[in-house]
Amino acid sequence: MNARRVRAIAFKEALQVWRDPRSLAVALLMPFMQLILLGYGVSLDIKHVPLCVYDQEMSQQSRTVVDGFLSSGWFSLARALPNEAAIRTAMNRDQCSAVLVIPADFSRRLAMTGRATVQGIFDATDVNTTNIAMGYAEGATARLASEFESKYAAAHGVEPSAVGSVDLEPSTWFNETLDSRNFIIPGVVAVILALVGAQLTSLTISREWERGTMEQLISTPVTTLELMAGKLIPYFAIGLIDAAFCLGAAIFWFKVPFRGDLFTLFVTTALFILVVLGFGYLISVRVRSQLGASQIALLVTLLPTTLLSGYTFPIDQMPAPIRAISLVVYARYYVSILRGLFLKGSGLAGLAVPFAGLCVSALVILWLAARAFHKRLD
Amino acid sequence: MSSGTPAVVVDRLTKRFDEFTAVDGITLTIGRGEVVGFIGPNGAGKSTTLRMLCGLLTPTAGQATVAGYDVAREPEKVRQNIGYMSQKFSLYGDLTVRENLRFFAGIYRVRREDLGSRMDFAIRMAGLEGREDVQVTTLAGGWKQRLALGCAILHRPPILFLDEPTSGVEPEARRRFWDLIHDLAADGVTILVSTHYMDEAEYCNRIALINQGRLIALGTPRELKGSRLGGQLVEIACAPLGKALARMSAAPGVLDAAIFGDKLHVVMAEGGLDLAGLRQALADGGIQVGEARAVRPSLEDVFVRIVTRKQDAPGAAA
Repeated sequence: MNARRVRAIAFKEALQVWRDPRSLAVALLMPFMQLILLGYGVSLDIKHVPLCVYDQEMSQQSRTVVDGFLSSGWFSLARALPNEAAIRTAMNRDQCSAVLVIPADFSRRLAMTGRATVQGIFDATDVNTTNIAMGYAEGATARLASEFESKYAAAHGVEPSAVGSVDLEPSTWFNETLDSRNFIIPGVVAVILALVGAQLTSLTISREWERGTMEQLISTPVTTLELMAGKLIPYFAIGLIDAAFCLGAAIFWFKVPFRGDLFTLFVTTALFILVVLGFGYLISVRVRSQLGASQIALLVTLLPTTLLSGYTFPIDQMPAPIRAISLVVYARYYVSILRGLFLKGSGLAGLAVPFAGLCVSALVILWLAARAFHKRLD
Repeated sequence: MSSGTPAVVVDRLTKRFDEFTAVDGITLTIGRGEVVGFIGPNGAGKSTTLRMLCGLLTPTAGQATVAGYDVAREPEKVRQNIGYMSQKFSLYGDLTVRENLRFFAGIYRVRREDLGSRMDFAIRMAGLEGREDVQVTTLAGGWKQRLALGCAILHRPPILFLDEPTSGVEPEARRRFWDLIHDLAADGVTILVSTHYMDEAEYCNRIALINQGRLIALGTPRELKGSRLGGQLVEIACAPLGKALARMSAAPGVLDAAIFGDKLHVVMAEGGLDLAGLRQALADGGIQVGEARAVRPSLEDVFVRIVTRKQDAPGAAA
């Protein structure tokens, strides 16, 4: 491998990207737009769930419960309902996704036994939203419960821990932070880098075929390895810039806590970029038209990466054959590395398994990419 | 490459694509410093042959050595010794003149101390002084082709393969291009150049006529024009041409007849009809005859004559 030739190719490629609006858009605009789309659009958090309230008691206590729900910010009041029948009507007309029912004996029960129940009715047509709304309701109830608890304890002169609380019925799991963003955003970064990386290099070889410059290039003594290295270097630099942008946005804009170390983040990110660039290059070698290569790069990275990388759907919940397939979806390794780094603060040692997966992916893909290109027209 | 070995040796070189034989057993030896023209219609197999010589296509049968290296077994050694201009314009249109030159100088590892002078030479040669920083896509055809040649010779290759370098270029620029080719040949560069312009063949030391994948004639322009026709060429202005052609083809003593532009070219056997007899034969057929005169054959006449003779007698030797 000759450094002079690699440099000549890298410099030429950088000039071409710089002068090609389409490549520039992919390099710089695409990550930004995807970050907005995926970062906000795919957020599993739902704010201002429209809530109808059927308050059978209309007491000061019941008012406190309603205010507790509304002040959480997760719910907004759609309507106050006068009777039982109005619940069905409101649901049918999509006026709300949830109804809070406070029974007529709420205050009496609370005062007598220290326990009371409110009823939450959820429109389950959107299971995901329902689950989240139920989580929110649980959260709101729990906060109310601790408030009532302290008051009851103070009034009756007993220890707060010994008494009951306000329950939501049906009761569901409890999510302390109620923030899916921390979980989603690191995955979003991996998905964006996988998509953008493959797009960037998918054009690089097919462009030369399409414009007829490849025939000239392969008539020179340049080797296939020099060509690949020279082609990948400028995109590697762009990939690092994109990664810095996405990771920076995750930490400073989306406020995902970053608990790991920067060195591990850099090493694994650089490796992942190498993998995705190599994959795009492989496609570019195989498909000789720019449009075809970019379409294929989109198709074969978008679906597996979003579905099988564990970015939204947990891999360990998948059936065994799908789990096996996900082993070659290299983005899954970077997704687990990023989650580990961001949320758990794992070091390289703790991430050994996904890191090994990433290394193997890099070796295999770069080996395939280097072998795929032949300096031949037939 | 030692001084004794020929620059290019082609031995029964054949290329088949599925059922189609693009190059059919071409044999040819090119000495150092020669300018050899590959002449033939589009699709004759010229580009395929050149691509095999550059190691870009694998020969189906036969072999070829370039600068002493086998094109199938040592393509990289071959590529170090050649400059190649492909048929389609193949520089980077979105780069400037200077950026293209610098790129190929890097690829060919032109020594840094030579870089400036080689690039200046290429720019001067292409007549692109003052346009060094212009994006190549905006240049006119003749400039593009000369720049492509400049890029192909940056590393001073002893052998040049030029595939239809003047295709689609205006006549004045074509002539300038051929001046460059002769300058290079004068410096000892071996040049194999393909063209479908018959008139350009006159600029070559030797000509290889190619048709349907086969080498149908090889020699200097003078040899081909002198010996290959086998008779005297007569140019006749007459009308209607089609009728005249039919009549002449059947006339006794006429070896060959073909339409060239708005005139008829007739090859007459020795001792056959004379000019007057020819006029008479045409006039008898109700054809208006204008001027008729003996002319020196062009290569196009030779080409047409050889091709028709082959088709009449498929077994005939070239």
